[in-house]
Amino acid sequence: MTSALSAPPAGVLSARGNRALPWAAAAVLIALPFAWNAPYPMHLMVVVLIWSFAYTSWSVMGRFGLVSLGHGGFFGVGAYGTALSWNYFHLSPFLGVPIAMVAAVVLAVLVAYPCSRFRITGHYFALVTLALSAIVLQVATASRDITGGSLGYTPERVQGGSAFLAFQFTDKLTWYFIALGVWAVGLFIRWRVDRSMLAYALEAIAEDEDAAGAAGVNVTAEKLKVTALSAAMTAFAGAMYCQYQMFISPDTVSGISVSLQMVFAAVVGGIYVLPGPTVGAIITILLAEGLRIFFGTGALGWDNLVYGTLLVVFIIFLPQGLVGAAWNWLTGGRKIA
Amino acid sequence: MFDIYLLEAVINGVLLGGVLALLALGLNLIFGVIDVVWICYAELIMMGMYGMFYMVSGFHFPFLVAAVLAIALVAILGVVLHVLVIAPLLNAAPINQLLATGGVLAFLQALATVMFGIDFRNLGIRLPVIEISGMFISYARLLAFGTALAGMVAVYLFLSRTYTGTAIRAIAQDRQIMPLMGVDTRRIYIVTSAIGGGLAGLAACLLVLQYDVHPFIGLTFGPITFMICVLGGLGNMIGGFVAAFVFAEIISVAGLYMDLEWGYVFAFVFFIVMMFIRPRGLLARRS
Repeated sequence: MTSALSAPPAGVLSARGNRALPWAAAAVLIALPFAWNAPYPMHLMVVVLIWSFAYTSWSVMGRFGLVSLGHGGFFGVGAYGTALSWNYFHLSPFLGVPIAMVAAVVLAVLVAYPCSRFRITGHYFALVTLALSAIVLQVATASRDITGGSLGYTPERVQGGSAFLAFQFTDKLTWYFIALGVWAVGLFIRWRVDRSMLAYALEAIAEDEDAAGAAGVNVTAEKLKVTALSAAMTAFAGAMYCQYQMFISPDTVSGISVSLQMVFAAVVGGIYVLPGPTVGAIITILLAEGLRIFFGTGALGWDNLVYGTLLVVFIIFLPQGLVGAAWNWLTGGRKIA
Repeated sequence: MFDIYLLEAVINGVLLGGVLALLALGLNLIFGVIDVVWICYAELIMMGMYGMFYMVSGFHFPFLVAAVLAIALVAILGVVLHVLVIAPLLNAAPINQLLATGGVLAFLQALATVMFGIDFRNLGIRLPVIEISGMFISYARLLAFGTALAGMVAVYLFLSRTYTGTAIRAIAQDRQIMPLMGVDTRRIYIVTSAIGGGLAGLAACLLVLQYDVHPFIGLTFGPITFMICVLGGLGNMIGGFVAAFVFAEIISVAGLYMDLEWGYVFAFVFFIVMMFIRPRGLLARRS
């Protein structure tokens, strides 16, 4: 099978003499809130960073042609796992989040194992994983005695609103630095994965599973590794979302809509380049917010109208995404290793 | 002891299965012939339901006239979808085609939100409920079941008795050879998209009698339709037919003992378990 979405250039923030660039970007981002910290822009930045992390997590496996529509499920498990273990067992998120991540990984392996064992790829893989996110949505909705159902769920607030062990902070600045750190770690993980033996193996698998298998690649094991990593990261993103928003509902953290939202943003930004999903998050979130401010409450639906169209246009004309296209244009289409 | 509620649930499951089979048939036809999955299939149904709502409640068309128009409308939508989105991507990676129709899904949902608002709307037609020895069977469901079966028979006759139908089946078997046999693939794809859309339109006419229409109703039917198709073996129309009834029974019978959502959960879990056991679909021939 041809690898999805054409021409894969690897990370942009890579060698080639611009090692200083990530450090400069980090310095600017750390300094930014000291120069300008109005509450609304800070809120937007935190949201963008958390979702950027989620989209990057999706792209960790998505860039190898493993297009999962189950990530809405992992995100939901992360969010609900953290909130439920806090409310019912009074487990600090420092324990609750790892538990939720393990749950997401178990779920991911449960589905990914038969998929890779029985060669369920492409369409089939997307549709099977779609069932997974639908299950998480339905379970969260159906067990309304525990999760509050479609009305949503709130982790119990601690006295005073902020506590380190409860991982609850009312201060936007604190959240900005947490989200910034999480996002940077996400980029670092993906950067490492892109340069690991795992990436070579997975690229070979994406090109031709039989050939890769014959060349000594353990197809099932390699796929499971990257799926587990991606699921764990996505669950972590869900947990961060839950702790920041302090309100989750089945429709906003799980299900096919959240899965598609992840795929859209990542594809619009570009899944083969490291900053692609982040750029996708910036574009989609600013677009939604901009339209909401511009049209007021009458904007309901306009943001999706625009980005549904964008997605179709991108897939047809610019399958490598904005950052990918810009990179190809800047480098004159040279492949980067 | 004979459980009359269980029997009622089983019968309702069969009736639900008829409609689900109709949904799966349209999707399978398109997959089998054009080799793409319309992730937005349920959203086409949603547009058809809105069409029905406005024609019947807004313009006071007779139900049957509105139904014919709605089927035509969704058939045209199917052709437009094919020409604008699928045709440019015919040679792209399959997953790109799937994602592009995912974009159409978001687009149609948003379009409905913008044009019609997020209110739940219904035709206001309340069909009677038939009582048979203590069991309650909804007339709307019975009608849907009958019409769905008739629709499927019509498609079967079309595929097996006409020249175009034969060409469609031939393309589903071998995409490369048929152009050499003098079949215009492009035309066949458009006809298939129209039939697929028309089946979605027919489903819309039947579902609008049972459910309120709102922009997100597609999310109720969409995932289940894909799972039925995959369970039956994508492109395998008979497999899809069987899978639809299996799914409907699980939902209906589980819904009897617990909430309806748990019925869906069981159906989805069953689906994933079946993927372990029969990864190529229920009726897959062992290769």
